[in-house]
Amino acid sequence: MTRLDLVIVGAGPAGLRASVEAAAVGLSVMLVDEGREPGGQVYRGSESGAFAGTAKLGSDYAAGAVLAAAFRASGVEALFGATVIQIEREADGSFCVSVATGHDKAVVVRARAVIAATGAQERPFPIDGWTLPGVMTAGAAQTMLKADGVVPDGPVVLAGTGPLLYLLAAQYGALGVAIDTLLDTAAPGNWRRALPHVPGFLTSRYAFKGLGLLGKALAATRIIRGVEAVSAIGDTRLSAVTYRKGATERTIPAHVLLLHHGVVPQINLTWSTGAQHRWNAARLAFEPVRDASGKTDVPGLFIAGDSGGIGGAQAAEAEGALAAFGVLRMLRGTAGDDDPIEGRWRHRLAVSLRGRAFLDALYAPRQSHLSPPDDVIVCRCEEVTAGDIRKAVRRGAMGPNQVKAFTRAGMGPCQSRMCGLTTVAIIAEETGLSPGDIGHMRLRAPVKPVTVAQIASLSEADERRTTESPSATRPRK
Amino acid sequence: MSLAPERSGNDCDVAVIGGGVVGLSLAYGLAKTGLAVTILDEGDIAHRASRGNFGLVWVQGKGLDNPDYARWSLASARAWPFFAAEIEAATDTALSYEQRGGLMASLTEDDLDTRCNDLRRLHNRGQDCADFERLDAGGMKRLLPAIGPDVVGGTFCPHDGHVNALRLFNALHAAAASLGAIYRPNATVEAIDRLPDGFSITGATGEIRAGKVVLAAGLGNARLGPMVGIHAPVRPQRGQILVTEKLAHFLDYPLGTIRQTDEGGVMIGDSKEEVGFDNGTRHDVLAGIAANAIRIFPLLAQAQVVRSWGALRVMTPDGYPIYERSVTHPGAYLVTCHSGVTLAAVHASHVAGMIGSGDWLPDLTPFAAGRFADVPSPG
Amino acid sequence: MFRRLVEPAGHVTVTIDGRPFSVAAGETLSTALLLAGFAGLRRSARLGRERGPFCGMGVCFDCLVTIDGAANRQACLVRVRDGMAVQTGTRLPALADTVPE
Ligand SMILES: Cc1cc2nc3c(=O)[nH]c(=O)nc-3n(C[C@H](O)[C@H](O)[C@H](O)COP(=O)(O)OP(=O)(O)OC[C@H]3O[C@@H](n4cnc5c(N)ncnc54)[C@H](O)[C@@H]3O)c2cc1C
Ligand code: FES
Repeated sequence: MTRLDLVIVGAGPAGLRASVEAAAVGLSVMLVDEGREPGGQVYRGSESGAFAGTAKLGSDYAAGAVLAAAFRASGVEALFGATVIQIEREADGSFCVSVATGHDKAVVVRARAVIAATGAQERPFPIDGWTLPGVMTAGAAQTMLKADGVVPDGPVVLAGTGPLLYLLAAQYGALGVAIDTLLDTAAPGNWRRALPHVPGFLTSRYAFKGLGLLGKALAATRIIRGVEAVSAIGDTRLSAVTYRKGATERTIPAHVLLLHHGVVPQINLTWSTGAQHRWNAARLAFEPVRDASGKTDVPGLFIAGDSGGIGGAQAAEAEGALAAFGVLRMLRGTAGDDDPIEGRWRHRLAVSLRGRAFLDALYAPRQSHLSPPDDVIVCRCEEVTAGDIRKAVRRGAMGPNQVKAFTRAGMGPCQSRMCGLTTVAIIAEETGLSPGDIGHMRLRAPVKPVTVAQIASLSEADERRTTESPSATRPRK
Repeated sequence: MSLAPERSGNDCDVAVIGGGVVGLSLAYGLAKTGLAVTILDEGDIAHRASRGNFGLVWVQGKGLDNPDYARWSLASARAWPFFAAEIEAATDTALSYEQRGGLMASLTEDDLDTRCNDLRRLHNRGQDCADFERLDAGGMKRLLPAIGPDVVGGTFCPHDGHVNALRLFNALHAAAASLGAIYRPNATVEAIDRLPDGFSITGATGEIRAGKVVLAAGLGNARLGPMVGIHAPVRPQRGQILVTEKLAHFLDYPLGTIRQTDEGGVMIGDSKEEVGFDNGTRHDVLAGIAANAIRIFPLLAQAQVVRSWGALRVMTPDGYPIYERSVTHPGAYLVTCHSGVTLAAVHASHVAGMIGSGDWLPDLTPFAAGRFADVPSPG
Repeated sequence: MFRRLVEPAGHVTVTIDGRPFSVAAGETLSTALLLAGFAGLRRSARLGRERGPFCGMGVCFDCLVTIDGAANRQACLVRVRDGMAVQTGTRLPALADTVPE
């Protein structure tokens, strides 16, 4: 039976760099991404987006084009527009990766190792009215900007916390797009909690970039800090935003409200493999447990980039390289990291992670925004409110799986991506347990919805694949 | 701090171990007779078939070579409308229980002949057994307009029905609670000891004392049974299930392996695999389930699957339930079965009544655990 | 609600709820729909409330539309093609016996 050395899931900086390095050392590699071209979230549209080949979105964004070109030159076979729906580990220790490719097609790819580089998603920011059309995430708006060169029109309000909120404001500012109001909802004590991390921050690239960024955003926008509550008002679409700060409550007209609550690892795929995950209390997120090369407790499974813990694009790229070396070491049975290239990536990773702790503390969301009031919808798909979840907990559902069975929260097409963390936060608040002890809802295949026909085609695809030989890759020069 | 009271008085009249559909049905029924009931359950992560089942109240093909089981299933199906109405009234929950009959679809004439012969054999035993009807392709099409051309015919049984399984699970919790039953999660039981006036049950959350104890712990009964002198060698059997997004209503009747819930999602199942305690999913098994579903309803090909899971059935060596009262530990009972939804109605009424009163009626004698005396404990 | 900042290289025609629209070639479908004035794209499955694109990256499943007969596709993960037929407004999709390709 033929099989590849390595399947890489995700074509962001982590997956692209892993592909380039793995191909350079002679591994047979396939890269899979549900997007249409290399780039992932941060470098979305680097090849063919509205700002491809320009510096209008900043030099960081321009780096994406360079990486995408290196990837194209590596000769790694890539499946774009393809979604990995299941990774199974076989009795012989190899992996069977199920990939949905077209409306009714799927393929099965077999490999000796897998690098999951599925990136991050935005942390849900459940507020009253957040399901109204016109309310979107800051990430969505940024994606529209990068991919299509489209920006909000009419009164725009940004609300929440996190570097991306300010980055977006700065990018809009640089392009002359007016933002009416930025409602900063970060917890009031954040500055104090962030102070111990200042030395690390000052030696980081964020210090320079971050301050410039804030300056630009500040100049163009009305910023209201210490906002305690935000709600979206409208009938069939957004018409206004209400916010509260202390005793004052104001309603401002808005056509577009962009919410942001930081980013967290996208764990649906990694969790479904059975790899161990743990709660990161500083980042308020579940993260897979991995070593310095991204190796998990599932032998042969490596995790790189933001899906292993938020580190940003530069860190993701370095982790991608390190994971590729880790895979090589595992497959060749060699020990130690004697490769000087690997050492350089390790150094780059350390540098790019500097300042992260400061940002985590500075932009931490408020507890009351993680666990919203009773009438706020938490699970958008099944329209389950925070109150429904609290009621279930009070009736004895002490964990997210039982809450799911009681309320249907997490059973819709988004597969708990939009409600999982909030559900855990509510249970934690109700029971006094830590999210780490509570755990997340079990995440299973298919990690994205696929058609019955696609699932049906998996067995046939399996047989087809095993009789074909994978494309050869270049040996190291 | 006061001293612990003398061993007078238990914490409750009956402790039910297990918070799945079986335990909850019994707890509800026991509470209804006026007893003080405590339900001891495991935590959030547990083998709890009640969260993963198919929601059929099913008679067709049950007990093909065991008329006692066939009759028992039918009795429960007949009691279900009353049971459902009672639970709905007690909890203000719509269970979406429907009993308009259910179908099995055959893709080959051979399969159809075999199925009909089996059902006829059972029916001809003359006792109170389920009716059924053989349908040709045209007959199937009339009841199920979306049926595909590969289906050559099928069987219809008027007693079959289905229910929203999760709402049943939820409502049983609420119904038991409304009668004063106490639910204790994270209370995995480790030991059961006899006391002069009942039992001491210890586990993760300490000790509780109960006059009677009912073991309804699903797969856990294999381990707990011997603590009260009952040998219940149950083993896991995995079933994998796919669920689609919510779709506009197109299915008026449940099939044994495909049904549309009141909310619109279509459940497609289920495999029968002997894989121990592995409740994962396998792409090749899911592929087979999906391919079969498309042959029966071609339009399902384009429906999106939003979830899949593996759940572990609680299987006895012969597939039939165990109802047992302990000889060595009077006051201890064990109940286990794999069709806990179908049998919920008789569990809540007959079985709970017998446990409450202590009068073991002959209905249950065919299901005594003694029939497995020679079967070693699994694992 | 939204406007275009960068002039597209070319245009294609898609039909939305039976009406033709000229949109930027290669554009993300959810973007094209927003620019065409469709804020709400569907109704939520349980309560029947208006929903539109939210996360823009394939996570939330609120941008579901029927594309060339295939129900419940994520508009934010699809690019427009000339001649694409898009249907908004479904609550629970009905399955057709035959779905074009
Ligand atoms: C909305 C958003 C906006 C952001 N904007 C910025 C920014 O402007 N600047 C900045 O510095 N950082 C930004 N970040 C953070 C930045 O995206 C990350 O630091 C960086 O992209 C991490 O790289 P990665 O390779 O780990 O993941 P990503 O770039 O996210 O790449 C992961 C890839 O995996 C694919 N994928 C996931 N699951 C599957 C599957 N099952 N099958 C197939 N493919 C799959 C995805 O399509 C994606 O292409 C943003 C994050 C988000 C979520
Ligand atoms: S906008 Fe969230 S999935 Fe498309």
